[in-house]
Amino acid sequence: MPENNDNAALRRGIHVILVVVGFFGVWQLGVMVAKPPNYILPDPISITREIASAPLWYLGHAMRTMGATLAGFAVALLVGVLSAIGIVYSRVLENTLYTLLVALNSVPKIALAPLFIIWMGTGLVSKIAISFLIALFAIVVDTVLGLRSVDPDATDLFRVMRGNSLQSLLWLRMPNALPYLFAGSKVAISLALVGAIAGEFVASQAGLGYVILSAQGAFETTRVFAAIVLLGILGTILFFIVDLTERFVCPWHVSHRARDRGERGGV
Amino acid sequence: MTTHGQDVRALNAATAAEAGGPPQEKFLDIAGLEKIYPSREGGITALKNVDLKIGASEFVSLLGPSGCGKSTLLRCIAGLEQPTSGSIRLLHKEVTGPPEDMGMVFQRDVLLDWLTVARNILLPSKVRRLPAAQWMPKVKALLDLIGLAGYENRYPWELSGGMRQRVAICRALLLNPSLLLMDEPFGALDAMTRDELNLELQRLWLADAKTVLFVTHSISEAVFLSDRVIVMSRSPGRVVENVVVDLPRPRTLAMRETPEFSRYVSQIRRIFEGFGILRGSHARE
Repeated sequence: MPENNDNAALRRGIHVILVVVGFFGVWQLGVMVAKPPNYILPDPISITREIASAPLWYLGHAMRTMGATLAGFAVALLVGVLSAIGIVYSRVLENTLYTLLVALNSVPKIALAPLFIIWMGTGLVSKIAISFLIALFAIVVDTVLGLRSVDPDATDLFRVMRGNSLQSLLWLRMPNALPYLFAGSKVAISLALVGAIAGEFVASQAGLGYVILSAQGAFETTRVFAAIVLLGILGTILFFIVDLTERFVCPWHVSHRARDRGERGGV
Repeated sequence: MTTHGQDVRALNAATAAEAGGPPQEKFLDIAGLEKIYPSREGGITALKNVDLKIGASEFVSLLGPSGCGKSTLLRCIAGLEQPTSGSIRLLHKEVTGPPEDMGMVFQRDVLLDWLTVARNILLPSKVRRLPAAQWMPKVKALLDLIGLAGYENRYPWELSGGMRQRVAICRALLLNPSLLLMDEPFGALDAMTRDELNLELQRLWLADAKTVLFVTHSISEAVFLSDRVIVMSRSPGRVVENVVVDLPRPRTLAMRETPEFSRYVSQIRRIFEGFGILRGSHARE
């Protein structure tokens, strides 16, 4: 069974690499055949050369964006989990905070980005704030769901053992909510990146969003694409950091998923 | 807790001295119990006029169709539900919340997926802030006894359904409670695993006779395990019969095919038939 899972994972990995390589291959061939102007569609080899010409410069900007994303995500994680606990345990917070969050979620949060620039300036803090705000909702909603979806028998078990509510929060509800928290985090980390870029688009002096915007002004399309490719890599890395943490923190859940997949695959 | 334990042992001895007669010592005394769930039409009566006396070290089954209130009765005894009226006294003390000296096994094993088998079994001691190191030998002994020696560091998701329920039983027994409540613990298991666990449970009980209250809807399981079967009926949930099972122990699976065993099973089946349950489709409205 574990051997099957390993094989399946390996096959999936090869699959992904083939598709990505194929995508860039077709792109390269297409550009070589159709020869569009460079400012419309550069080819992957030129984009790679562009990145290689100033790797440290690109790395600096990527780090800046990654920093804003991670900081925003971290604050969202902290505030989100604490809010979720409050919402689950307090009727008042559920009726006020949760209602407000759900209502505000219908406002596209990117629309708030200019406001944050006004309030907090064009530096890193405004990017972190936008990143935080856009990531928060997914974390709160999923954590609330996780804290609530405890088996009633398990709640009874803690009552029978005469455990207090802090014990049942720490030893039952929180671990039970972890898989939900990670599902929310995977969405939230991608959204946090969107938030950081949105902030950089509005006003900034650094970051991949700034690179894209300034290159666009100069019609340096190759540089725009270079930043986009780096953003894609950055997003993938951030997602896998969350995924790896999940494997480490709640292996029981990952194994459930693997088994479910195995069963579905077997039928 | 120590004095409590000695209390129980004294009671055990007293019951043993009675040899077969009805238990005089009231380990658990339920009188005039009534449970009404509020509803729009003024309330659903889940239990009505339940009187029940259970002696120390007795193995008693609560048997009945679904909706007869047997689980509600067990939950009232566990202190998980408040009765509407009547009283439950455990060792002369009124039950108002979960009693200290009690273990409970549920239909689902509710093992915590993120803890090892040993950590799961240690949970009751952890909740009471007792040192884990001191209880590890007990965990090993329980696992040995139930046929899971060497499984301490496995995780629940590595075990089969039957093994998981065994671990849940070990967890309920860790602090050596004098009362063990079991709410259809083998209901979700396949027939063979169920037989196997019935034998294990009997073995555990013979080795260390606790008072066991066992909820089931299987007549043969109730007869196989119990000293006494409390037969319940529904609408409203009430006790209709008290069947003393006088079969020698240890009981074997083959014993289920003997005429003595069958007599108990058909006696109980006839009680249900008398109440319009188990009579086939023609009897239904």
